[in-house]
Amino acid sequence: MTTLEFILGHYAYWLTLVLMMIGLYGMMMKRNLVKKLIGMTIFQVSIIIFYVAGAVKWGATEPILDNVDIEKVHHGMTQAISTAKYINPLPHTLMLTAIVVGVATTGVAFALVIMIYKRYKTLDEAVLLERMKKDNDSDN
Amino acid sequence: MTTYTSIVPLLAVLVSLAAVPLIIWSRKHPNLRESWTIAASLVKFGLVLSLLPNALLNKVAELNIIEISPGINLALRVDQFGIFFALIASGLWIFTSFYSIGYMRGENSHKQTRYFSSFAICLSSTIGIAFSANLLTFIVFYEMLTIATYPLVIHEENEEAIKAGRKYLIYTLTAGLFLIVATVWTYGIAGTLDFKAGGLFSDGMLDLPRATMLFLLFLAAVGVKAGIMPFHSWLPTAMAAPTPVSALLHAVAVVKSGVFAVIRVVGFVFGPAMMAAFGLDTILLTMAGITIIVASLIALRQDNLKRRLAYSTVGHLSYIVLGAALLTKSGFTGGIMHIAFHATMKITLFFVAGAIAVNLHRKNISQLNGIGRVMPWTMGAFTVGAIGLAGIPPINGFVSKWYLGIGSIESGNLIPLAILVVSGLLNAAYFFPIVHIAFFRKGDDGLKGKGEASLFMVVPIVICAILSVLFGIYPDLFFNFFKLAGSIAASIVA
Amino acid sequence: MILTTNSPVLIPLLFLVFGLLIPLIAWKRNSLAWPTLMLVSTAAAAISIYNVFKVLSTGPVHYHLGNWVPPIGIEYVLDHLSVFVMVVINVVAFLVLIHAREIVGKEMPGKQAPYFATVSLMMAGFNGIVVTGDLFNLYVFLEISSLSLYGLIAIGERKSPVAAFRYLIMGTVAASFYLLGVGFLYMTTGSLNMADVKAILPSIIGQPTVLIALALMVLGMGIKMALFPLHGWLPDAYTYAPSTSSAIIAPTGTKVASYVMLRVMFFVFGVSYVAKTLPLAAMITWMAAIAIIYGSIMAIAQSEMKRMLAYSSVAQVGYIALGIGLANPFGLIGAVLHVLNHAVMKAGLFLVSGNLRFKLGHSNIFKLDNTVRKKMPWTMAAFTVGALSMVGLPPMAGFFSKWYLIRGAYSSPSWTGWVFIGVIFLSSLLNAVYFFRIIEKVYMKPLTASKNGANGHDHNDHHAAGHVVEAEVPRDEVSGSMLIPTLVLAVGLIVLGILNAFIVNGIIKYIIPAGM
Repeated sequence: MTTLEFILGHYAYWLTLVLMMIGLYGMMMKRNLVKKLIGMTIFQVSIIIFYVAGAVKWGATEPILDNVDIEKVHHGMTQAISTAKYINPLPHTLMLTAIVVGVATTGVAFALVIMIYKRYKTLDEAVLLERMKKDNDSDN
Repeated sequence: MTTYTSIVPLLAVLVSLAAVPLIIWSRKHPNLRESWTIAASLVKFGLVLSLLPNALLNKVAELNIIEISPGINLALRVDQFGIFFALIASGLWIFTSFYSIGYMRGENSHKQTRYFSSFAICLSSTIGIAFSANLLTFIVFYEMLTIATYPLVIHEENEEAIKAGRKYLIYTLTAGLFLIVATVWTYGIAGTLDFKAGGLFSDGMLDLPRATMLFLLFLAAVGVKAGIMPFHSWLPTAMAAPTPVSALLHAVAVVKSGVFAVIRVVGFVFGPAMMAAFGLDTILLTMAGITIIVASLIALRQDNLKRRLAYSTVGHLSYIVLGAALLTKSGFTGGIMHIAFHATMKITLFFVAGAIAVNLHRKNISQLNGIGRVMPWTMGAFTVGAIGLAGIPPINGFVSKWYLGIGSIESGNLIPLAILVVSGLLNAAYFFPIVHIAFFRKGDDGLKGKGEASLFMVVPIVICAILSVLFGIYPDLFFNFFKLAGSIAASIVA
Repeated sequence: MILTTNSPVLIPLLFLVFGLLIPLIAWKRNSLAWPTLMLVSTAAAAISIYNVFKVLSTGPVHYHLGNWVPPIGIEYVLDHLSVFVMVVINVVAFLVLIHAREIVGKEMPGKQAPYFATVSLMMAGFNGIVVTGDLFNLYVFLEISSLSLYGLIAIGERKSPVAAFRYLIMGTVAASFYLLGVGFLYMTTGSLNMADVKAILPSIIGQPTVLIALALMVLGMGIKMALFPLHGWLPDAYTYAPSTSSAIIAPTGTKVASYVMLRVMFFVFGVSYVAKTLPLAAMITWMAAIAIIYGSIMAIAQSEMKRMLAYSSVAQVGYIALGIGLANPFGLIGAVLHVLNHAVMKAGLFLVSGNLRFKLGHSNIFKLDNTVRKKMPWTMAAFTVGALSMVGLPPMAGFFSKWYLIRGAYSSPSWTGWVFIGVIFLSSLLNAVYFFRIIEKVYMKPLTASKNGANGHDHNDHHAAGHVVEAEVPRDEVSGSMLIPTLVLAVGLIVLGILNAFIVNGIIKYIIPAGM
């Protein structure tokens, strides 16, 4: 396939990649702790988008059985629901779990940030490291 | 050769381990505590002795204790070589125990409980080494010995002792690691680790590069404890330990474990055929020869009595290595006998050094003028030991040296013979002056009113000296050392 | 019987439920928090031992959660590897938690209830990881345990929240990588069940997606395992965490991560893909080798005992990774046995440092002297046994892990095996340096007191110096509930060493996958 098709056709994955990189950039390069957390959240979100993107099918609708299909099965007119009509619900459920995990992680992370702020009165990583070093010296 | 199962070897190993809690428990009652040590040493010797009659008939006691790695057992096996070494170690421990009591009390030394318990564990490990059936069991007890001797080396806890302890550990732990690697390699090549007279490798398993590398690994492993140069330098440094430690451990248990290991490697792992085929004996011979000469030369220059004895030990250990490297029946016989005979002579000399230190507080040879008048029995024993180490009859040192000489002739190489002769002269050169100044020079005023050291020390000294003479006249006395050595040598070379 | 048929799921379930119950019960009476935790921990240890016997007698057990048939349903599998790791983490945690009662009271007064509840959640997470047969379920339990870990670490010293924060960032990245890897696998195979994926993979094995999936999962687990150079979170986390946290995390956390790596590499993707088609296993061995040397050297440079033990853990994780990467039977035996041995060793050593902190207020190596030996002889004895085992002296357990690893390295092709043998060799010596340094300090008189006695001076001088210093120091050993677990772990090292052949023949042999 042509390059254009390659890029545009996989736009979801490119989005994932871009978000991942933004997230990593935030985690590594930003000095503010909260910004690091934002980066981490973006990173997690990129993976969620990846899964969700993988669930999509051409011309499919949301995975809620409509009454017509259910009637058809009840009356024995079809053996099974045609799965091509509905997008894959499994990644969605997985990602619900992942979102919850993300929320919990963010909660714990912010609790830690509050603790750090209470003890060191700063959210800047460089200042924090300096103050920790002073701690070291006063310990010894 | 027939085998039978017996629990006695395990008991012999465990006796002194069992004594350790008793020793610690009675730490507030020195006499009771010491009696445990004595009792343990006597029982141990008795157990080992009880295995002798069967060993002389070439019946081998075996015991598989437990499987310790899939396919390899922690196993004990009392073959003639094992019982030979065990007899010497356990027998001399009895004397050392009495001597230790005298020495420790004379010094009013600290941490005697730790001392006696560590000693007990050391002897356990030594008997374990003697009775090991395969390389893995050997490694277990070898490393146990390293750890158990550490508290003894650093006993004085001064700067010198701690440094000596560190050096000792570095050398011996590294050696232990080499041994593990060599053992893994051996297992990979041969599929077995059991000691077998004549070698455990079959034909075709080894080629020149592998054999040489493997042998060098083993040499690095056992050479440290056997005091082969350049791995020897922990030994003189370890003289910072109390004299009974130097006497038993560094003249009998630890270093003899080293040469025991050398002979096990040469005779029971590689075998004379493989050694000769790959020229490994030449490597060993060269190193032993150099060690003998250089150690004797360095000994000449030492003023500290114990250090002189230490270098003398290094030299004499390589007599044994030399005997093994000759790969002939007489060579092995002489080397194996020297394990026993050097032990009795050297332990006498070390005991004397300790007695002088405790009694007169003198450590250097230059201070020993005229002490022969003050401590006649002690110095008499010293003279006996010195004569024997120089290889002069009728002391037992002559017998082993004689066979080493014959072994050299048998192998068709006269250089070892020359080395032995020169070494004998050097021995005389560094021992006889001590005897001379002790008896024929006038002592200084510091000796006035002094006598022999405590009986606890003098009696073992004299007995060991007498034993040296007796073994010299009749090497098969009591234990059939000569017969055993010959039989072991024959089984290796066959 | 409910117990026996549901035994695979029982342990994570119990820990989860009790994670809720403990705060509720403690709300009524605070002192009930620890006994409740001990209740569930004892049950877990007992059930895990029962599981071992069950698997040994009847073979692997498959449990369908909610009676949904895999690959649609979630499956819990008890096979030899999972019961082995399960029993290790539960029994070691049990012993550490006995120790925890007093020291948690001292280090975190009033916070017992939330602390123990978090511990319970963490154990739920670990046990879940070990027992699950579903890739995504593993992620869920991984995050459950990780979140609890962050909390457990943060309750420590002043700097602990920072350490926990750093661990959180790195740990979340790790778990996300793992999740992404699972996502790739799901996209290509259509299944989340480990056995199912294993069956499907051979037909699609050439695809780059599969390769990336493996790489991501291994990368994620490498961070969790603290494999060099992904270990950055470990030293601070172990050092600043409270004593009990270090003692319970160090033996279990990295082991569970290495379990996942083992499972994914050898049981899902297969030995031939990982070792022969890709150089992945080889890469892991080299990283492991560097980890071993790096950890040992850094440990020597430390003055604080917990930090030293943390770097030592980096090195020990290197051993396990080396065994995994060698991808031959002996290497694997060495790695799995070292999971057991290291857990017992590190738990014992961290408990020792906990005891020291409890009684002395610190565990700084250079502040230790021989009064410690007199005050706490049993603790130091346990330390000595642990140290000897770490150095690798028989008959302690540590020797046998190294024995198998060396045999595994010996079997590996060409010259690389000898390099690894050299690395193990060197690290043993380095271990000896930092452990014997402490032993010297504790068991010998301080050097300054007896400088007079050096270099063969007269005996008179030596006498005088030698007897002034030995003052009577009263025995001040920690109490039974803290001492007994320490001693049990120390004695356990000797017992495990002597009986290692039974463990290897009994369980570990069955772990070796086909094709190795």
